[in-house]
Amino acid sequence: MKFRTMLMAGVALASAAGFAASAHAADDKTVQMLHWWTSGGEAAALNVLKGDLAKEGFAWKDVPVAGGGGEGAMTALKAMVAAGNPPTASQILGYFAVDYAEAGKLGDITSLATKENWAKVVPTALQKFTTTNGKWDAVPVNIHSVNWVWINKAVLEKIGGTEPKTFDEFIALLDKAKAAGVIPLALGGQPWQEATMFDSVVASTGGIEFYKKAFVDLDESALKSDTMKKSFDNLAKLKAYTDPNFAGRDWNLATAMVIKGDALVQVMGDWAKGEFKAANKEAGKDFLCYRFPGTDGSVIYNTDMFAMFNVPADRKAAQLALADATMSISFQSAFNVVKGSVPARMDVPDTAFDICGKKGIADVKAANADGKFVGSMAQNYAQPPAVAGAYHDVVTKFFHGEIKTSDSAVTELVKAINAAK
Amino acid sequence: MTEITVAPLADVTMPRPRGSVRGRLQDALPKLVLAPSFAAILLFVYGFILWTFYLSFTNSKAFANDHLVGLSNYQKLWTWTFETDPPSGWYTAIINMGLFGGLYVVCCLALGLTLAILLDQKIRGEGFLRPIYLYPLALSFIVTGTAWKLFLDPGIGLEKAVHDLGWTSFSFDWVVNPRMMIYCVAIAGIWASSGFVMALFLAGLRGIDGEILKAAQIDGASGFMMYRRIIIPIMRPVFFSALIILTHLAIKSYDLVLSVTGKNPGGAAELPSTFMYSYTFTRNQMAVGSASAIIMLMAIAAIMVPYLYSELREKSQ
Repeated sequence: MKFRTMLMAGVALASAAGFAASAHAADDKTVQMLHWWTSGGEAAALNVLKGDLAKEGFAWKDVPVAGGGGEGAMTALKAMVAAGNPPTASQILGYFAVDYAEAGKLGDITSLATKENWAKVVPTALQKFTTTNGKWDAVPVNIHSVNWVWINKAVLEKIGGTEPKTFDEFIALLDKAKAAGVIPLALGGQPWQEATMFDSVVASTGGIEFYKKAFVDLDESALKSDTMKKSFDNLAKLKAYTDPNFAGRDWNLATAMVIKGDALVQVMGDWAKGEFKAANKEAGKDFLCYRFPGTDGSVIYNTDMFAMFNVPADRKAAQLALADATMSISFQSAFNVVKGSVPARMDVPDTAFDICGKKGIADVKAANADGKFVGSMAQNYAQPPAVAGAYHDVVTKFFHGEIKTSDSAVTELVKAINAAK
Repeated sequence: MTEITVAPLADVTMPRPRGSVRGRLQDALPKLVLAPSFAAILLFVYGFILWTFYLSFTNSKAFANDHLVGLSNYQKLWTWTFETDPPSGWYTAIINMGLFGGLYVVCCLALGLTLAILLDQKIRGEGFLRPIYLYPLALSFIVTGTAWKLFLDPGIGLEKAVHDLGWTSFSFDWVVNPRMMIYCVAIAGIWASSGFVMALFLAGLRGIDGEILKAAQIDGASGFMMYRRIIIPIMRPVFFSALIILTHLAIKSYDLVLSVTGKNPGGAAELPSTFMYSYTFTRNQMAVGSASAIIMLMAIAAIMVPYLYSELREKSQ
């Protein structure tokens, strides 16, 4: 059966290539999809989409480029687009979607978006990345958020701690863990991880409005303000609770420290939940997910999207089918249950999700209604990659002591951001 | 050796039926055969060097564009070169290149030569030892780097093993100390490449005419003298090839530094290659990346061209 569909796909592809020149042949029924979801859970999640499309008679042509952050995939995509042979769609992150849209490389699926009323169900702030001048050219697959802390429940009970609600309570909790001889904070000392944690620290220290002013508007007075200095000081406080070997550690190894109970807590986006799941740990029973202390009610998001490229007319039908299937409620639910994130549309029922997922879904709705749904600076959702890179540089240099005081940290931050703009 | 192989070739090709189609074809054959690869190199190496050079004068961001901005990208790099407190990424990259490249090339040459000389003492089991030293080269740099990162990690590797043995004051945390990380990269690199350099030198040692050595022995040269005055100078061409191979390995090393240091914590493990990649592909500042690539190329040229020139001129004399 599978062989036959493959054969059919092959025949369809060959005929499409052969007849492209002559008049209008039948539509190309293949979806060519570039992505980096090659590991177990993510690949399984993507299979759901493949199955949905197969039911409608569309064949799936996989273009996987492995590698966690998608760097390799982005390079491959650039080459395909530059060669004038874009995939039907590609997994894409943040400002890369904007870059392709501005370069005029993306297609237009507004007709479908209007019909399905996506503008209503997708969080408003997120539409910045899926639309260009009111035109839909990408579909969001999920919403991740970075302002989470992941706590080993057994360790928390052992040290007699409770959920920290403010930054000071968080520090007090970490002190308790330290006194009990547990590593308080599991951290991977890589620039992106430190910057991701700093996103939460800033939102906690100055509030989400301050975060928006500093990172979304790049307001120089906010970037230089005492609140930003205090944020850096708070970040420096956290360093005292890491183990001495944190530099260069991968994020999943830090998660493993929490899973094993060597460490109490990790500050990380909700992709960390996948690691707990893979270790057969249950949300609420073995581990706890809280919003980063002082940021409850806000969601600092990043999202995976499928960018829809400007393909020839005979491939458009397949593209629309892909977009439609991706945005279907059933796929959004099935995919995100596996991936650990929450659906990108807010009308998906949360019945299939665990308690962290349920909280995540509720948080997105509430934050969107209150205007507290903002892009992550560290993950390229507040500013273009050049600025985000400058931000990574300053945060990591400060965290590792190359920049010595919070005073010079804010000066350097403004300087680096201005140089990158 | 060379004379013997060249001579018969010359004999065969000399009496050529001039003027005939076949003869002309034979004349053109080497050129015809070489033409495709020549054209490919011309386009894909030199063509793209020129393209990069052009891009470095534009303000290309995510994609290449042709909006010329003069020297501003080079100006940016030039100011970064002198930003030491806190060190800019580019400054760190240059310093690290010097540290890593210098240590890597010098230690590989020294270690490779020593190993080769020791192996050349007609010892038993050479056939067994040689591949052991060569094997590290069979591993990709990413595997080498990951293995060394784990081995040097204070929490699970060397330091912990020594502590478990009872020496608890022992401390070796270079791999998690941003300031010392680059030395760990050098250690891993030297481990991986010195066996290969050894093989080069060993081949050179084996190629030395025994008659010369015998003559030296008769003249009463000691073992050390023989190496210093005769053998090592004869092996100059081997030094030459080893140096070229090691220098370009050092300058293009990318995967090694990423895998040993874990994605550049504290911005302290930057090398020109990682700098170039991150600006071109992840930070969408392609023009700055191109400018840094051109500077890398010029730095290599500044070192290699005079050396190549002097070596080749001596040979032709």
